[in-house]
Amino acid sequence: MSSSGVARFWREIPQRYNLLGNKCNSCNKIFFPPKESCPFCRRKSIGKMKELKLSGKGKIITYSIIHSAIENFQKQIPYIISIIKLDEGPNITAQIVDCEIEKIKIGMKVENTFRKIQEDGYTGAIYYGYKFRPCDSLLTEKEQCKCDTK
Amino acid sequence: MTDIGIVSYGAYIPRNRIKVDEIASVWGKDGGSISKGLGIYEKSVPSIDEDTATISVEAARAALKRCSINPKEIGAIYIGSESHPYAVKPTGTIVGEAIGATPELMVADYEFACKAGTAAIQSCFALVKASMIKYGLAIGADTSQAAPGDALEFSASAGGGGFIIGKENVIASINSTCSFTTDTPDFWRRAERKYPAHGGRFTGGPAYFKHITSCSLNLMKKLDTKPEDYDYAIFHQPNGKFPVSIAKKLGFSFDQIKQGLIAPYIGNTYSGATMIGLSSVLDIAKSGDRVFLTSYGSGAGSDSFDITITDNINMLHRENAPYIEQMIKSKKYVDYGTYAKLTDLLYWE
Repeated sequence: MSSSGVARFWREIPQRYNLLGNKCNSCNKIFFPPKESCPFCRRKSIGKMKELKLSGKGKIITYSIIHSAIENFQKQIPYIISIIKLDEGPNITAQIVDCEIEKIKIGMKVENTFRKIQEDGYTGAIYYGYKFRPCDSLLTEKEQCKCDTK
Repeated sequence: MTDIGIVSYGAYIPRNRIKVDEIASVWGKDGGSISKGLGIYEKSVPSIDEDTATISVEAARAALKRCSINPKEIGAIYIGSESHPYAVKPTGTIVGEAIGATPELMVADYEFACKAGTAAIQSCFALVKASMIKYGLAIGADTSQAAPGDALEFSASAGGGGFIIGKENVIASINSTCSFTTDTPDFWRRAERKYPAHGGRFTGGPAYFKHITSCSLNLMKKLDTKPEDYDYAIFHQPNGKFPVSIAKKLGFSFDQIKQGLIAPYIGNTYSGATMIGLSSVLDIAKSGDRVFLTSYGSGAGSDSFDITITDNINMLHRENAPYIEQMIKSKKYVDYGTYAKLTDLLYWE
């Protein structure tokens, strides 16, 4: 049995697993997901887009609690979807895990974690990638300074 | 002689916990006496989005955070588990990609019940010794299965540990290792079955105790060492009682095993058990400390290791990743209904 979504997911593995973005070496703007050329510098950026691995640390700028989910996510409700401003600049949409619904707040420092995103039923492929968790979900106060965002 | 051993280490324990009392109450049993009998208070439970691959990635990334190794220099990844997410498609490929170690990389998934992680250490050790690779990554991780209502349900839990093996900046030198293997059907899971089966009390005397005792004594005889020569000892921990009994039988004190005794707080993480125990010891070990470790995998076999902590432990950034104690304390309790959902007990298609 073939699974049609596999190729599309496979192409996105560098971004989903390792937050691989890129940087325009003309204007120094950073993009995630990576762009073929810089939308600000246009042709000046050609040949100047350099791959960049993002730190995976950032701050929640807004969030939503999902109570009514699509089929693959129904076992997870209620869950948090958030827009996160990464330390390097780009905004990213991701699920927040290891965080009680009542504790989520704008400005919370978060870091990426590797989780199962979804699977094609019991027989199809399993898709992994980034989710985010509160920076302090595992570390003591002393170590939280290492998670400091800019 | 060049030291070969552990260059860095990392572990991961999921945040969810369920108390033995909670499981017992569902099945009309006395949680207090079961907890006392097993020496387990509660166990870790994977989230719905956690499996052996995600636990292995977290453990591997923790190990990399503590050192300054370029992941491209890792030449082999071996992952021991009895709960690989795929029957066919290696967990190691996912881990290799997620830590940036691909593509020039040897990968294989191992299975030897609860000792596949230490088997992975032995393979990496041998490949480094043969100069076939610079670094090897050995991981033992599981999201252990247990049938609802079975005695295993009180202990089968989730977690894992990983060790980067090499010969540069070794923090824990592996002085020697040996194995002891027989055909002993004490615990098994047939192909395409969801839950394991076991021989009840047969898993004790002729299985766990015989193999760990024989393997441990063989190594100490080979090295001419005695239990009192070691600062720490770690034994496989299917529950909180067996490792205490085997330690006493072999002549180790409770003080020697307590740092590596994690099962009472998180249950039996199967392939992750001795790996997490060793990680806990490395969290606090000092230069010159000597560590004895014997794993056990049903089926059955044991791997023993004699390890010496080196001065390089002071250079390792242990604080860059969570300690075992922190992960034990970071928890959220779930009830049996939630546990059933998270561990896919409510299986339907």
